[in-house]
Amino acid sequence: MISDHNELKKGLGIHTRRIIAYTVLIIISFLCLFWFYVLFINATRSNGELQSGFTPLPSGNLMTNWKNLVHGTLPVWNGLFNSLIISGLSAVLCVYFSTMTAYAIHAYDFALKKFIYPFILMIMMIPTQVTALGFIRLVDRMKLEDSFIPLIIPAVAAPVTFFYMKQYMESSLPLSLIEAARIDGSGEFHTFNMIVLPLMKPAIAVQAIFTFVSNWNNYFTPALILHEDKKKTLPILIAQLRAADWLKFDMGQVYVMIAFSIFPVIIVYLILSRYIVQGVALGSVKG
Amino acid sequence: MRRKSKAVRYNKWGYIFLLPFITVYVVFQLIPMFTTIYNSFFENYMSGLTQVGPNFVGLDNYKSLFVQGDIWVYTKNTLVLWILCFVPQIILSLLLGAWFSDTRLHLKGQRFFKTVIYLPNLIMASAFSMLFFTLFSDGGPINSLLMQIGFISEPYKFLSNAGSARGLIAFMNCLMWFGNTTILLMAGMMGIDTSLFEASEVDGATSTQVFFRITLPLLKPILIYVMITSLIGGLQLFDVPQILTNGTGDPMRSTMTLIMFLNKHLFSKNYGMAGALSVLLFIITAALSLVIFKVTGNDKRKG
Amino acid sequence: MKKKLLSVLLSAAMISGIIAGCGNNATTPADTSTAQTDAAADDTQTPEPAADAAADDTSADAAADDTADAPAADEGKVLNIYCWNEEFKTRITDHYPDYTEVDATHGTIGDVSVVWNITPNDDNAYQNNLDATLLKQADAAADDKIDMFLIEADYALKYVDTDYTMPVADLGITDADLSKQYQYTKDVVTDSNGVLKGLSWQGCPGVMFYSRDVAKEVFGTDDPAEIQNYVKDWDTFNETAATLKDAGYSIMSSVNDSYRVYSNNVSSKWVTDGVINIDDNIMKWVDDSKELVDAGATGTHDLWSDDWSKGFYPEGKVFAYFGPAWLVNFSMAADTEGSIGYNGGWGATEGPQGFFWGGTWICAATGTDNAGLIKDIMLKMTTDDDIMTDIVVKDDDFVNNSTVMDALASGEKKVQREGETEEHEYTSKILGGQNPLQMYINGVAGLDLSNLSSYDQGCNEEFQHAMKNYFEGNATKEEALDLFYKSVVEKYPELTY
Repeated sequence: MISDHNELKKGLGIHTRRIIAYTVLIIISFLCLFWFYVLFINATRSNGELQSGFTPLPSGNLMTNWKNLVHGTLPVWNGLFNSLIISGLSAVLCVYFSTMTAYAIHAYDFALKKFIYPFILMIMMIPTQVTALGFIRLVDRMKLEDSFIPLIIPAVAAPVTFFYMKQYMESSLPLSLIEAARIDGSGEFHTFNMIVLPLMKPAIAVQAIFTFVSNWNNYFTPALILHEDKKKTLPILIAQLRAADWLKFDMGQVYVMIAFSIFPVIIVYLILSRYIVQGVALGSVKG
Repeated sequence: MRRKSKAVRYNKWGYIFLLPFITVYVVFQLIPMFTTIYNSFFENYMSGLTQVGPNFVGLDNYKSLFVQGDIWVYTKNTLVLWILCFVPQIILSLLLGAWFSDTRLHLKGQRFFKTVIYLPNLIMASAFSMLFFTLFSDGGPINSLLMQIGFISEPYKFLSNAGSARGLIAFMNCLMWFGNTTILLMAGMMGIDTSLFEASEVDGATSTQVFFRITLPLLKPILIYVMITSLIGGLQLFDVPQILTNGTGDPMRSTMTLIMFLNKHLFSKNYGMAGALSVLLFIITAALSLVIFKVTGNDKRKG
Repeated sequence: MKKKLLSVLLSAAMISGIIAGCGNNATTPADTSTAQTDAAADDTQTPEPAADAAADDTSADAAADDTADAPAADEGKVLNIYCWNEEFKTRITDHYPDYTEVDATHGTIGDVSVVWNITPNDDNAYQNNLDATLLKQADAAADDKIDMFLIEADYALKYVDTDYTMPVADLGITDADLSKQYQYTKDVVTDSNGVLKGLSWQGCPGVMFYSRDVAKEVFGTDDPAEIQNYVKDWDTFNETAATLKDAGYSIMSSVNDSYRVYSNNVSSKWVTDGVINIDDNIMKWVDDSKELVDAGATGTHDLWSDDWSKGFYPEGKVFAYFGPAWLVNFSMAADTEGSIGYNGGWGATEGPQGFFWGGTWICAATGTDNAGLIKDIMLKMTTDDDIMTDIVVKDDDFVNNSTVMDALASGEKKVQREGETEEHEYTSKILGGQNPLQMYINGVAGLDLSNLSSYDQGCNEEFQHAMKNYFEGNATKEEALDLFYKSVVEKYPELTY
């Protein structure tokens, strides 16, 4: 594809290339947005209608489904709040400390560095599924069940985010800048917070989105730790809705709940994505 | 970048900055990891509510993984799915990155497109799979559409054929993650000094030349990141095939990935087999990552 | 919503009645006069007489029997209940006389506070959570111990066959108390030593629901007795499948529909002496199903998938589904215009063999400090005629009480639901006015479930999964069987084949 693209550029005029680009982008956008449309359609249909198969047109049960959901016994607003707290704090801790760790490796030369960097890379390669069960035992021993701490604090040690920050610094954080700050008398901690962090903004925005979303959608670990209804996160409540007994089972409500739980992530995403999108636009205008 | 003499007094800050990461890591991950390795040498599982073991069995767990030959089949499945997903994904991401940064192309509505591509990742994998199920079921809209345009005469069972089942999984995964990759690459491109582009334009370089001579080499650290994490993520591929095939890896386990296999052992809390499998998975990942580091020549800068 | 409001009003009225009567006392199951049953049935209509009836009831009992009363003073003040959805909580809230709801996961019974620990089933999370808590039960503080937990038939023996569950006899519940319960509901929760370890308020006997329109078109009649002749045993059933196929219909939506009918009628266990064993009746399912699939007479869809549920509508061209009352009442789109159920288009007949599907069992956890209260809950919810009749009328459950169900089946006992002006025989609108209860009862009466093993959940699941490959032509029968053995050993490493 790359070489095709290459030839196209040489062989085709700017207009043709633009048409190709727009066509591809429109197809891709359709593929990206189509699922939200399907979700919306399904959220407007009753359980019985959903069983009869998919239709491309919405039905009129959106408000009924929504009313059944909020007037049901599940604390959806609490769930929303809990998910926001856990995902928000995790994202903040994760990006801040990962940047800090990456900075430690990037900017300093110390004896253990040769050992620690490959070690963190190794950690990254361990599948999370296995440590999960050992993790639950640990949480249990620490008496941290029904607490948000074991869901938030581990975000401090996120090797994947660290690795990205490290790579990003390699391509766009010159060490000369840090030297200059030192000459100006800036303390190390001050340099990190006031000079390095702002420079890392696009990378931080990117990783904050990723961490937020993956925590928002995480079901496995919270389901094993949170049992109190009022402390549960949205994915657990969705699972609970799907596990409802036959008297109450209602896929319409499940779809409304999914739509409801996606909504806040979209908003957070739109806020954070501005940093990235604007940044790129700026760069290309100048270039 | 050598700052030997002055640097010494700053270097203790390296340890200070590492402290939070290391502390949390040791508490929440290192202990479980060592238990994993340790467990791989034991027979250790639950039969209902009864604990069996731990009995030391040496390398028996590893042996049985190799003797039954499963490990190769699932490694192959996993790699096939990863390649099916990664190749289109990286091509698409680079293409989009190049288009967005190409000033002469001057695409309108960039902001919209850049925002939209990440959206599929916001839907939970389970919800996404539910939607796919609906659309690709035997009597679903995709089948009726294909039948209406006369492409097929009988409903095509997408999930009952190895090729189409793998294709669907790769397609879903690609759709969920290409936006992610594109964003990473775009964020990387932002870090590139714009004066380089200006200079090349003055020199009369074509878009293609700019892309291959300037953008790509400077993106290398991020590209390596993308490749390594995608490989790791690919080897740990789980939720999409798990949900789409109801955990079976049907047809005939052709979509069973390593982690799905691992998950089967976790049903009986079989820490022995799961541990052995994790260690093998770790070795495979480390070996493949090393290959990437070597090929891209990144490892000399390590440390 | 109206229903909900009414039940809250009702329970409030009942509680006030009880308090007026004499404090916290509870009724005993011994009290089963027909007059009382009628009064309870009337309760649903008007809160006023309900309060009176309940008050009378309680005072009469208190005089007659004081032993099975509210928890003794030395019992724990916290009752921890583990479950995966809200079904039992709803039943308790609506029907257990002393229960007061505080919020979604808390309530009180007298001065005991009830804590509901609800973990959904996805990813086996419920069992993982329950296992972890049970394993440390011995060391937990009294108020943190699990007192009661709920289980399903598929994995019942995993819990029942351990010391973590208490024999119901140890709670002081006698065989005489349970004489009206269906035998199969006891088989499911009887451990390998023959000790009963749990109780259920539900029965879930299944029958075959067929489309009356299709029956008339193909067989010229929709009379259940006549249709039964076409499906009376598996050979006849398969011949009928061919007839239906020629007429353009699938006899059932998927081969998985009939799986539990076969698997409930096995003569050997899945596992004997640590060796996996496939019963002849299960192999018969494989062979019958393969023929049906190859002939195009049915599909291979998973239950609950969109393709499977298409047959709830006439356009789906499906003749029959196998299931219990809850399936046709609540899960087959009966409230949606255009569905077969909406138009009263289903008929019920016994089908080739009896079976059951679903149900929830209540177990007491060893180490509980609320034995007296658990006994009372178990007796009230699973043996009390009044309460159980009320459950039938209000929730359309099929209750685990032959006295109640026989009376409703024969029409001797009439029902009156909210919004209805007079009592009538129990009939089903969805089934075109048929009273199917006798069929359910017949189906379940002969059911022998002594061949359950604690490996059933895994074996049944993996067997259906593996055989799907054979039915769809992706594997030979041998390959599919090998896959099954392999999958089971992965789940249960102690087994061999």
